[in-house]
Amino acid sequence: MKEKILYGYTGIFNTPDEIAHAAEKAVAKGFTKFDVHTPYPLHGMNKAMSLKPSKLGYVALVLGLSALMGAVFSLWWVSAVDYPIVVGGKPFFAFPAFVPVMFEVTVLTASVGTVLAMLFVFFKLPNNSHPLHGTEYMRNVSADKYGLLVQAEDTKFDEATIKSFFQELHASEIDAVYWDNEEINHEHKILTPKFLGFLLVAGLITSGATYFALNKLTYMLPFTWMMEQQKQNPQQKSLIFSDGFGMRKPVEGTIARGFLPYEYKGQPDLAAEKLFNPLPVSKNVLALGQKKYDTYCSPCHDFQGTGLSRLRGQFPNPPSLHSEKVRTWNDGRIYAVIMDGQNVMPSYANLLDSDERWAVIHYIRALQRSLNAKESDIK
Amino acid sequence: MSSGSKIEYQKKELPSKVQSVGLLLTVLGLVIVLAGYFVSPARMAFNNIIGLTFIISIAVGALFFVAIEYLSGAVWSTPFRRVSEIISSFVVLVPLIVIPLLFNLHSVFHWTHPEVVNADKVLSEKAPYLNINFFVIRIAAFIAIWMLFQYLITRNSLRQDSTKDQTLTTKNVKLSAVFIPFFALTISFTGIDWLMSLEPHWFSTIFGIYYFSGTVLAALATITYVAVTLNENGYLVKGLTTDHYYSMGALLFAFINFWAYIAFSQFLLVWYANLPEETFWFLQRWEGSWIIWTVGLMVVHFLVPYFGLLSQPSKMNPAKLKFFALWILAAHYYDLYFLVMPNYSRSGVALSWYELGFPILLVGLMILLFVSKSKKQNLVPVGDPKLKRGIDFRL
Repeated sequence: MKEKILYGYTGIFNTPDEIAHAAEKAVAKGFTKFDVHTPYPLHGMNKAMSLKPSKLGYVALVLGLSALMGAVFSLWWVSAVDYPIVVGGKPFFAFPAFVPVMFEVTVLTASVGTVLAMLFVFFKLPNNSHPLHGTEYMRNVSADKYGLLVQAEDTKFDEATIKSFFQELHASEIDAVYWDNEEINHEHKILTPKFLGFLLVAGLITSGATYFALNKLTYMLPFTWMMEQQKQNPQQKSLIFSDGFGMRKPVEGTIARGFLPYEYKGQPDLAAEKLFNPLPVSKNVLALGQKKYDTYCSPCHDFQGTGLSRLRGQFPNPPSLHSEKVRTWNDGRIYAVIMDGQNVMPSYANLLDSDERWAVIHYIRALQRSLNAKESDIK
Repeated sequence: MSSGSKIEYQKKELPSKVQSVGLLLTVLGLVIVLAGYFVSPARMAFNNIIGLTFIISIAVGALFFVAIEYLSGAVWSTPFRRVSEIISSFVVLVPLIVIPLLFNLHSVFHWTHPEVVNADKVLSEKAPYLNINFFVIRIAAFIAIWMLFQYLITRNSLRQDSTKDQTLTTKNVKLSAVFIPFFALTISFTGIDWLMSLEPHWFSTIFGIYYFSGTVLAALATITYVAVTLNENGYLVKGLTTDHYYSMGALLFAFINFWAYIAFSQFLLVWYANLPEETFWFLQRWEGSWIIWTVGLMVVHFLVPYFGLLSQPSKMNPAKLKFFALWILAAHYYDLYFLVMPNYSRSGVALSWYELGFPILLVGLMILLFVSKSKKQNLVPVGDPKLKRGIDFRL
């Protein structure tokens, strides 16, 4: 067995007043590496030990402020720069909406970070064992006594003076505490090649197994049974029909209801010449036209067709429907615009069926007439 | 760590200089208020509302603080509870401040005009609550409730000075328990009646709490300033330490955050919903020079006291603590101005000699009242069984 190394001297006191007095004396003696152990927190102990205010507050301040700035930055980046989406008509950099997130991130980072800093930086954990563990001294101060410890590291430390110091203060059970041999000889063996190799192998196995399970296993029997069914999947070559198409075309010479073929795609002038409005003007037709117009056309063309878009100028405003040009167009020409689109306007062929398109055209005519009424209209 | 200290309290008279300052301020404030009412009654009436809600904040908030001490069994605030009690006695000023307003209701509340109410669907629906008779009954009832509880609680506390009867504490605990729900309702409805109904079309369900947060802040700030000043000059019991200061500063700091939390919650919901009937109230305060005042509110009422009181030493330093107590008191007046004055001056911030009248008058009256009360009573509840533990309080 090796020679024991001294950790420090301990003394036991019976009352809170005695321990506070002892702490003051220890400060007066010039000890710096000393500590007090009590069964419960004692008010005023900080002052008696002349402890400086903890630096932990600064950790919380720095963590909080950096989390705050990080939150502002990431919110700005996500919502205003990288992926801007209009939500409820708010600006992309919607500061009031960010405040709760900033608050939460600040509080979470500051509190968790402060606790972690306290444990691992200030308390220097983890610490597997400590010389005081299992001593009679620790048993006493955990129950009903108050203890003072002066560490051997202290520059003023000297066994004789410490003993007389405790005796002057009438401390009972003045004991020397020694380092545990095991603790002294303990080497941190965590970063040995063997352990690193183990980590590497474990990592390889885990990632390989994950890759296999997600990318290979699901495409093996029997896990593919659900996938391989006797049915026609979209875009799959048909084994039944000789032309290889899974979907059938309509019988030649027939058309589906409401799906009149449009033969003038890209030829608006031809459409203007050939097409005419098959719907008679009636209250119902105009009501249908208004409904569809308000839904599909008014966001850009405005409810009156003035072209003053209510999309806040996110698209270029379309020209007015009351221009001389549009008023003199016949119905077939407007129909061609609905089918093909024009400039920025996309095709609305999929959103309106044939009758609805003609009803909208009737309604546009009504709008045009309302703003350009003739003498004869006033009756 | 109790070192067996004795209660050392020597009653001292406040210097006569304090009384003369109070008298001077009262006279000066009274002159400005009267001149203001003579020159521009409408403007002065709006200022009168700020003054009224300000004194209610201080007086009733202080009573709330006393009641909370009894209810929670707190000991740290006992050594200066008498200061809080005297400040709560400022509630006698409330009827004085409210009387000139009762003659000027028509110039501040447009729901008091029957022709306006009849022409307005919203106002006529609100008429069963917002009418002059019920309004006057409410404020009279509130003042009666506040004065009653103020009288009962301080009477018991004063009696204890001589009798040292511990059952008086128990009685006050029961009184406080009854007072707290009354306090919650009266303060919420005071905020709704006198501040929110200035714009009767606007509504915010959190408004009562908003005014409550300001109330507690103003009362705490007054108590902190007076208690720290008295203690520094040796008018309170010996043995009060920075630990007591720290507790007051921590409460102030907490309520600064609470106010900001409530104020922001109110704004955030209105901003999100973006309904015209709610947003116009904020938009009014975002137009013209009001935008400066509104941004200033965030700085004056939150940022400055927040960073000022953030660190532990700043709460323990009496000079800093007194400075920020006065700052917060002024910030509460600033906040009330933000709530009230846009209804008088839509175009922009109106600041002139009119606005000085009520602050000066109220500070003068409070000083006079405090001096006269301090002559008759001890400034420390010497008979309270918790006093010893209160002095020995350490963090």
